[in-house]
Amino acid sequence: MTQPPAAEPLLEVRDLRTHFSLRGSFGQRLVGRESGSVKAVDGVSFELRRGEVLGLVGESGSGKTTLGRTVLGLAEPTSGSIRFEGQELVGRRERELRPLRKRMQMVFQDPHASLNPAMDLLTAVGHPLIVHGVVKRVRDTVPMVTNALETVGLSPVEQFLPKYPGDLSGGQKQRAMLARAIIMNPDLLVADEPVSMLDMSVRAKILELMLELKSEFELTYLYITHDLATAKFFCDTIAIMYLGRIVEYGPTETIFRDPKHPYTVALLGAVPDPDSSEGLPTDPPRGEVPDAAEPPLGCSFHPRCPRAFERCGWDSRDLKDRLEARWAGMPESQFERERAVIGDIEALESPSQAAIIPAGKGHSGSEVSALLDEMRKADPAEPTWSGIESTSVEPGGLRVRFRPPVEPRLGSRDGVDVACLLYGESEPPGQDRLDSDRSV
Amino acid sequence: MAMPSVEEPTANTRPAGPAPVRARRFRTLHRMFAPFAEARGMPRFVVWAGVAITTFFIVLALFSPAIAPYDFDQYRTADGVRFAKQEAPSSAHPFGTNVMSTDVLSRVIFGARTAIEVVVLSIFVSMAIGLPLGLMSGYFGGKLDRILLVFMDALIAFPSLLFAIVIAFLLSDTFGRGVTTAALAISVVYIPQYFRVVRNHVISIREEAYVEAARAIGARPRTVIRRYVFQNVVQNVPVIATLNAADAILTLAALGFLGYGIQPTEAAEWGYDIQRAISDAGAGIWWTGLFPGCAIVLLVTGLTLLGEGLNDVINPVLRRRRIIPVRFPPLRRNGNADE
Repeated sequence: MTQPPAAEPLLEVRDLRTHFSLRGSFGQRLVGRESGSVKAVDGVSFELRRGEVLGLVGESGSGKTTLGRTVLGLAEPTSGSIRFEGQELVGRRERELRPLRKRMQMVFQDPHASLNPAMDLLTAVGHPLIVHGVVKRVRDTVPMVTNALETVGLSPVEQFLPKYPGDLSGGQKQRAMLARAIIMNPDLLVADEPVSMLDMSVRAKILELMLELKSEFELTYLYITHDLATAKFFCDTIAIMYLGRIVEYGPTETIFRDPKHPYTVALLGAVPDPDSSEGLPTDPPRGEVPDAAEPPLGCSFHPRCPRAFERCGWDSRDLKDRLEARWAGMPESQFERERAVIGDIEALESPSQAAIIPAGKGHSGSEVSALLDEMRKADPAEPTWSGIESTSVEPGGLRVRFRPPVEPRLGSRDGVDVACLLYGESEPPGQDRLDSDRSV
Repeated sequence: MAMPSVEEPTANTRPAGPAPVRARRFRTLHRMFAPFAEARGMPRFVVWAGVAITTFFIVLALFSPAIAPYDFDQYRTADGVRFAKQEAPSSAHPFGTNVMSTDVLSRVIFGARTAIEVVVLSIFVSMAIGLPLGLMSGYFGGKLDRILLVFMDALIAFPSLLFAIVIAFLLSDTFGRGVTTAALAISVVYIPQYFRVVRNHVISIREEAYVEAARAIGARPRTVIRRYVFQNVVQNVPVIATLNAADAILTLAALGFLGYGIQPTEAAEWGYDIQRAISDAGAGIWWTGLFPGCAIVLLVTGLTLLGEGLNDVINPVLRRRRIIPVRFPPLRRNGNADE
């Protein structure tokens, strides 16, 4: 992609989707009907060459952990393809995946929860050997376990072998997890936020250890993190994820030097800089990560994006956010006057390209229109307004038509792949409409 | 494999002296019984009182032929002299004799044997069925879970004593009306309890990271259940088992009392004895009913104390650990001691 193509990639993921179906209300659960799905991973593609470290970076809820679990077959992919050394993993049953687990291992986020509390370290670390039939008895694992524990720096080993997870500190547990992960001499190690639960002082040591293991065992890492600072230290390539999709993907250096996607810019801005005299980082993206069950239309990031413009996929929910943001900051008497103009505001909650803002009792659509005009005047820079194509007064309310959303696609730009309409070549409108299940 | 400059893990290990690696088996036992040694205060009293009472009855049960002065169905001496009917306690019959001319003390002691036999057998059977079903139902979930859950809930909804009577009635053709039938009838009543407790616990453990980690290293479901799920569920089982044992004693006695329990010719049974003593009570013959009744109350109390005590001792949420006072070595007077 961005580097000259080497040999066959160790791991190749194409258009991977992992959706979790939702069960809705009690009634729906009774009849077993599903109500929509959470698209935890929604069309992700990347490849990982031998010896490379790929960082998957994103906020909580961006689907990075699910992606890691899907790659290892711990979560079931909905569609797409995962090739490990050319072997397709999607569609294989767990039983068929089991032999491959020797070669792909995982280190989990919470070292306190990922070791069986009822298993001593010797049994726990040596268990992969028994599971894969390398040796038969726990006693025979001792030499290899000793070796692995020494490698990860848990020595004197004799003292650690009989310990239970409860006797160890977080850093020691994570070292034990690493020992267990490398004991089968794997090729791929998925590290799911391996240091985020650890103290700052221990973090650097674990990361150093992981780098040493990498050179010693020729490991390839899929490093999942929310922490750009460790990703910069650790990764060759970075993929920034937002709501189940990769929004920017390229070499670490390039991304840090010249972030393209507004989300990446925002994330980089959120990394605390000890040299900065300004104190806390400025301009965090507004709002929260939206509900993944009903992601925003168009670009998922647009409601929070400081550089959003008219084609980003505005809909009625954005309008509701504007109204609520306005009302949150005004005196109560004024709020009550304005609130009365608009009827059931929850009507805007379902995403709609041509929404009706219902007028309140005794008010008309033109009053709603006047209110919108006033809001627009108060904050003309707000990009939501540019997303409105037309408005028309109808009985009972104001119909607002939004511009058709365009889905940004990953496209190459200055050495990185970025999915943002600011950079994409302009696609003809209407061609790249949304799937029918997204628009209403 | 040399590792440069890693002090962190070794820095806070305990200075354990020469620390020879003890035998693994012994360590596991030590780990199991450590909470008992650490228990203090009320839980300590409760658990040890339970242990004492239960041990007393187990000893009675194990050595009843040696302890009891007569056999449970013996109504005459070896010389063929019949015992008096409903005789008051005397030196020959410390608890008196009952309406069947048998020795009450002997029947109480042999009754302990019956009770313990039935309870051990029924706990074994209900665990052997309830635990695996609960483990599978909780771990695999889905249709299997639904079906088992509905079935077990139906069993729970049934009045347990009535249910035991029906089962005992059905089984009496095949197994006769002895200890086996009573034990099976009682175990059917308790299977749903084991199932429910184990299943619910498994469901919460299934979501633990270490179960997923076990899957990630390639463990089969069987291995995951056995080594990762079961090992963490099993801690609750002794508590349920002892509490159910106490309940099972009462069910057994109720079965015997109602005449659906163990045939009087097969074994001595407290419930049956109490039933036979009903008419005695009005005539002022107190010893035939009192002693078997006391035995029931005492054993049930003992098992309940043991169960509750175990719960307090084993359950880490309820457990209160001893605070070990720090003792400094006495100061040696070196002439300039500033005491």
